[in-house]
Amino acid sequence: MTDKDLQLQEKKEVQTQSESTRNVPLFIPAVDIYEKESSLVLLADMPGVPMEDVEIDVNNDQLTIRGMVSAEESQGTALLREYAVGDYYRQFTLSNVIDQSKIEASMKDGVLKLVLPKAEAAKPRKITVQGA
Amino acid sequence: MAIVRYPRFLDYSNPFQELERMRREMDRLFTGLMGEGGQRISSGVYPAVNIYEGADTFFVEAELPGIKSEDLDIAVEGNTLTLRGQRKGEEEEGLSYHRRERKLGTFHKAVTLPSDVNSEKVSAQFKNGVLKLILPKAEHAKPRKITVKME
Repeated sequence: MTDKDLQLQEKKEVQTQSESTRNVPLFIPAVDIYEKESSLVLLADMPGVPMEDVEIDVNNDQLTIRGMVSAEESQGTALLREYAVGDYYRQFTLSNVIDQSKIEASMKDGVLKLVLPKAEAAKPRKITVQGA
Repeated sequence: MAIVRYPRFLDYSNPFQELERMRREMDRLFTGLMGEGGQRISSGVYPAVNIYEGADTFFVEAELPGIKSEDLDIAVEGNTLTLRGQRKGEEEEGLSYHRRERKLGTFHKAVTLPSDVNSEKVSAQFKNGVLKLILPKAEHAKPRKITVKME
């Protein structure tokens, strides 16, 4: 798996209903979502976003991730521009089995990691069958 | 004028790769014509880079999220910059994936800059998944001011 050549993925721009006040493009971050026994883990690629400029909002079952890039003016004239710099925005609908009060977020090397713990009721329970 | 060079060994295991690259190139060319300034022409090789030229420096930027600096190898020779590396994931057993959009793998990209670079003075900064390289031009490649004497 890991010795495969990485293919270039174009950044996908999103259109939101309300216009953003920042004059930068808005992109959909690529995400991985996997499930563990007691939690759901979400990883999102948001290069250029410092930890303090990530906004995570949970409203009922709507999870919103927003990352603001610190746009630094690049000096000089552009010779080649293969990617655009912009903010990140993505929304997910959570199933209500998530314990929304215990969501943990961390940011490392431009990757956001969200740990969404499952609510007690949703954790698998072992049921032992007792013989008569 | 920018010249981008990338490893051109044909991958026989995937003969459509080159075709796919050409298709992307065409797509990009047309979206460029429709607006957007048309300045974005990509070589289609990971990672995407932005190159800027100052008076005596080049600035190269690349987005490399989730790549550790020890897994990144930067080399400069003459006017060629090579970025090589690997993106590794967290290896854990027993995960069931709902979505898997973030790709893992190795990359190798060579970029030719318009002039030679002083490879000893290249500095790199890697922050929040964005690599920023400052490449001072070689002494002989720096612009020289010529004053015209009036007679």
